[in-house]
Amino acid sequence: MSAETWQIAQFTVLMAVVATALTLPFAVAAGWLLARGTFRGKALVETVVSLPLVLPPVATGLLLLWLLSRRSPVGQALDAMGIAVIFTWKAVVLAMMVVSFPLFARSVRSGIEQVDRRYEALAATLGAGRFRILRTITLPLASKGIIAGAVLGFSRALGEFGATIMVAGAIPGQTQTLAVGIYTFVETGREEAAWGLLLLSALLAFGAIYLSNRLVAARP
Amino acid sequence: MIQLTLDVTLRQQAFELRIRDASSVEVLGLFGPSGSGKTTLLEAIAGLRTPDAGEIRVGDRVLFSSSAGINRPPQDRQIGYVPQDALLFPHLDVTGNITYGVRHSRRHLPGDDEPRLRSALVEILDLGPLLTRRVQKLSGGEKQRVAIARALMTQPAVLLLDEPLAGVDRARRDRILPYVLRIRRDLHVPLVYVTHDEAELTAIADRVLHLEAGQVTNATMRSPAAAR
Repeated sequence: MSAETWQIAQFTVLMAVVATALTLPFAVAAGWLLARGTFRGKALVETVVSLPLVLPPVATGLLLLWLLSRRSPVGQALDAMGIAVIFTWKAVVLAMMVVSFPLFARSVRSGIEQVDRRYEALAATLGAGRFRILRTITLPLASKGIIAGAVLGFSRALGEFGATIMVAGAIPGQTQTLAVGIYTFVETGREEAAWGLLLLSALLAFGAIYLSNRLVAARP
Repeated sequence: MIQLTLDVTLRQQAFELRIRDASSVEVLGLFGPSGSGKTTLLEAIAGLRTPDAGEIRVGDRVLFSSSAGINRPPQDRQIGYVPQDALLFPHLDVTGNITYGVRHSRRHLPGDDEPRLRSALVEILDLGPLLTRRVQKLSGGEKQRVAIARALMTQPAVLLLDEPLAGVDRARRDRILPYVLRIRRDLHVPLVYVTHDEAELTAIADRVLHLEAGQVTNATMRSPAAAR
């Protein structure tokens, strides 16, 4: 396998790891809010959280592209701070985060929903405050759902294509990921290199799922 | 001895709990068939259920008062609660369960007393051999003892015990009851003790409320066998 193939695989895994780590707090917050929160407009929040799941990733990418451009306040603010996102590795991470977030958050949510609330009530009688209970009881007991969500999100990030190509492009050595690489290699007649990436993708997916099953099985 | 004022009206669907009682007790026994509202009353005292009206006082501390608009959260009530199924935290071992309150309570617990209280509880409840065990491996009676220690480590003003012998078979009951009696004798922690077995109360309670369908049908003061 060529150095280029390895570089693409390493880059993709690194980006997916960063994206998964950065998504974790958001997914946990959203999952907790949806599992335990009672507030007005919850149905709306639920829908918005799941939106990137049903929206074509290319459409999500277009939205992100607009958001990061100088035509939007967010883009202007980033520009004023001298932060360039579009067509950099940051855009790769952002695209991965947005598309994997719904899967991650849903899994966290169902993990938290399965935690018997009486444990939380009992911890309260022992004096623990709300966030202590979340940290020491709810999240540890929901860890299967959180791990499953992280692996699901990571796998989704590894395979991300549509949003990535919109906001990050396919710059060799800079923003080219596995999925984007397979596409561009086929487009440019480099089938053999594409097959190399395919093989690596399959191995990574296999490894991620195997590891998560082991982790989940090891929990009580 | 502690003054317990219970004035609780709590409705849920067709069931209505209406309890009115005030007494100075070491052990208050709640006796009645299942569905009579015993557990609901304990949960109201612990702050896990909010009565529709009434007042709950422990000593001179008001935990709940609908007229004064007071409803302290469970965290600030200083009530030890041992539910029927013990509810030990499954992701912690026995030591982790026992020390949970000490590690995570937002209430200030006097730290110097902690090691002394801990060894006293290990001694009284005979927990030495259990400390490093996983809670899934414990018998029903062992779980109860761990749950009692977990509650007592937070130095509660009252300990609520919900049928501690329910999950324990007849032959082993004699091995649990002595522990409860020791708590009463050595630690002087007032107890509210729920049961549907009158024999238990004979051994332990100095006041008994008979509950039926959410109402007190009979209240008796007595001197328990253990005090005689």
